Amino acid sequence: MPAEPETPGKSGDPDDKGQGFWKRFSKTLESGRQAYVADLKEVFGRPALDDAFWDDLEASLIAADVGVATTEGVVANLRRQAAGAHLRTPAQALRYLKTELGREMVARPRALNLEGSPAVLLVVGVNGSGKTTTIGKLAHLLRAEGRRPLLAAADTYRAAAIDQLRLWANRAQVDVIANQPGSDPGAVAFDAVQAARARGADTVIVDTAGRLHTRTDLMEELRKVRRVLQRLDERSPQETLAVLDAHLGQNSAQQVKVFQEAIGLTGLAVTKMDGSAKAGVVLSIEAELAVPVKLVGIGEGVDDLNRFDPEQYLDALLRMEESR
Amino acid sequence: MFDSLTGRLDQALKKLTGRGKLSEAEVDAGLREVRLALLEADVNYKVVRDFIASIRARAIGGEVMESLNPGQQLVKIVDEEMVRLLGERLPMIYAPTPPTVVVLAGLQGSGKTTTAGKLALFTRRESHRPLLVSTDVRRPAAMEQLEVLAKSINAPAFAPRDTDPVKIARDSLAEARRVNADIVIIDTAGRLQVDLDLLDELERITQAVPAQHRLLVLDAMTGQQAVNVTEAFQKTVSLTGAILTKLDGDARGGAALSLRAVTQCPIQFVGVGEKLTDLEVFYPDRMASRILGMGDVLTLIEKAQEHVDESQAREMEKKLRAGRLTLTDFMEQLKQVKKMGPLEGIIGMLPGAGKIKNLAGALPSDDQLREMEAIILSMTAAERERPETIDGSRRRRIALGSGTDIAAVNRLLKGFQQMQQMLKQMGKGKRIKGLPIDPAQLLRS
Repeated sequence: MPAEPETPGKSGDPDDKGQGFWKRFSKTLESGRQAYVADLKEVFGRPALDDAFWDDLEASLIAADVGVATTEGVVANLRRQAAGAHLRTPAQALRYLKTELGREMVARPRALNLEGSPAVLLVVGVNGSGKTTTIGKLAHLLRAEGRRPLLAAADTYRAAAIDQLRLWANRAQVDVIANQPGSDPGAVAFDAVQAARARGADTVIVDTAGRLHTRTDLMEELRKVRRVLQRLDERSPQETLAVLDAHLGQNSAQQVKVFQEAIGLTGLAVTKMDGSAKAGVVLSIEAELAVPVKLVGIGEGVDDLNRFDPEQYLDALLRMEESR
Repeated sequence: MFDSLTGRLDQALKKLTGRGKLSEAEVDAGLREVRLALLEADVNYKVVRDFIASIRARAIGGEVMESLNPGQQLVKIVDEEMVRLLGERLPMIYAPTPPTVVVLAGLQGSGKTTTAGKLALFTRRESHRPLLVSTDVRRPAAMEQLEVLAKSINAPAFAPRDTDPVKIARDSLAEARRVNADIVIIDTAGRLQVDLDLLDELERITQAVPAQHRLLVLDAMTGQQAVNVTEAFQKTVSLTGAILTKLDGDARGGAALSLRAVTQCPIQFVGVGEKLTDLEVFYPDRMASRILGMGDVLTLIEKAQEHVDESQAREMEKKLRAGRLTLTDFMEQLKQVKKMGPLEGIIGMLPGAGKIKNLAGALPSDDQLREMEAIILSMTAAERERPETIDGSRRRRIALGSGTDIAAVNRLLKGFQQMQQMLKQMGKGKRIKGLPIDPAQLLRS
């Protein structure tokens, strides 16, 4: 048996759970080796909005994988505001930046759609993004909220993927529906929904094999899984979530675009936001592809997944309260 | 904006090529495009800054402005500098007294375990006897995964449960003697980089065994973090090399450049697919072309050679150059391409692929391929040789015969005609519109 993973902050008050998570998130950001926060503090701690400030700001955002186009847009906008004498100090600029970035993000609906009997959550993503882990944590999260999740092991390709999901299911204390390795993923999804109906489970989370978005044949396989689910219930899957690794760069946007076109995404789960990786690419993904981040994972513990909160995310990212 | 590097550089090249001598300002303008392109390719911004500075020094130094075709000269410098930075190609070196010990380290999800399996297969093909070892006692089912992989290539695995990773590593040497293995490939637990405990464990593993190879496994899609990730591992275990994974995707792989800028150790292998045979030796020139968006033409050629009968290919090439491709040949081509793997993968290797990829919707799916086959098979031999003779009534007949409709037949004929035109241009060595470089020229060099 593998060792039980550490669950940092588990000792915290259960009512305080969500907040504890974001505290941990901020803490990991702070303790992260990458000096992004420090960069920004340095940037906004400067007395004046000079050229060096703008250069540093641009570098800080690019270093957070915000992407060069979005970064230039943000910086140009800030500069315009500054020039119009609305902004005089770096602290004001930071406040403005956070409001700007936050306005659309906060308005975007991010609740998981769990209407259905059962509600089906189809989880997709490229290899190594953290699908299976995320599903284990999500099952735990939903169970803690009083739901009865059931997992479908539709990753029938990767060696030991089913075993891995089973171990996570044990941790989250939920059941798994699985078939033989190499069997048809659509059939597993079908069986899982039927089993959920029979057992009175209200949520089915479908794990799928990792696939690079460039594999058209494998995208077709996903479409098939979706068709199978729709045959059982036309509103299904209620959620189609793509899992993104926060360490990846601009290719994440391409992944979302292709998955979106192929099977239609309803949301994203960003994983491995464990300190230095900022997933700044999320800003442009949300703005341009209109797929909202719904979940965020920060660590290896079963508790380390939560609903995405853009305000707290931006706070953690920009450390606004520190710069006031 | 998502068609990052290719688009940018196509534009930058267009601006730079075919003009007279470049001023310093124009070089800077060109380099600005290169800078943006590299950033969008996820090369770390500090690495980009240094890289651009070195290019500028060389370019402004006279080489560009005095050359006959300044734009091309600049591109050449960029390419050369990048190849230089990406380093040498290195064969797998085995220890003179076995066993050779390889430790694989990397972030979670970078592909360590799969890569361990691939590397085992690679060394076996070089007549060695690998032992696969898992010290990953943390990730659920990591050990099972390694065992399944080992079994699938008939290699021994060593993955004792309930024990200390360092002890497993140490014990693996005795196990290697026992199973008569001469190379030990040690998979380690995934790291979150900030997790000092795990880095410490990794350090102790590398101290416990005489590891000639301490390889970082890095996802080619990694963003700006590539530098920090590499630094963290470099400090802990003093890397000897790296393996870049998931290069079969469409990421430009700027992480390769970031990695090289941090550590002087060579990139030894690249992972290019899910199958265990999908591990290739690293070619800096190909990687440079890829980061620069010039396509991975050499790999494409190799891949084609693996799958395509050579005499058949020569015959086909003759026809292509003469622009005498028939629908029968077209069918053959489609079948060959199908054998080579997913179309996007192939197209992605072509120069100017970004532009072509916008046509991804126009690429036939398997269903469409079947439909096309049905249509072509419903034609007479004469029609297949001379599609221009297919008039309205013939189209109707073909549609009926293939169980499709006239629109489908029209689509196919039109697509075929367009392809023929494109191929004719190619055959004449003319630049295809939208491609940054002349493919024929690339093939010659």
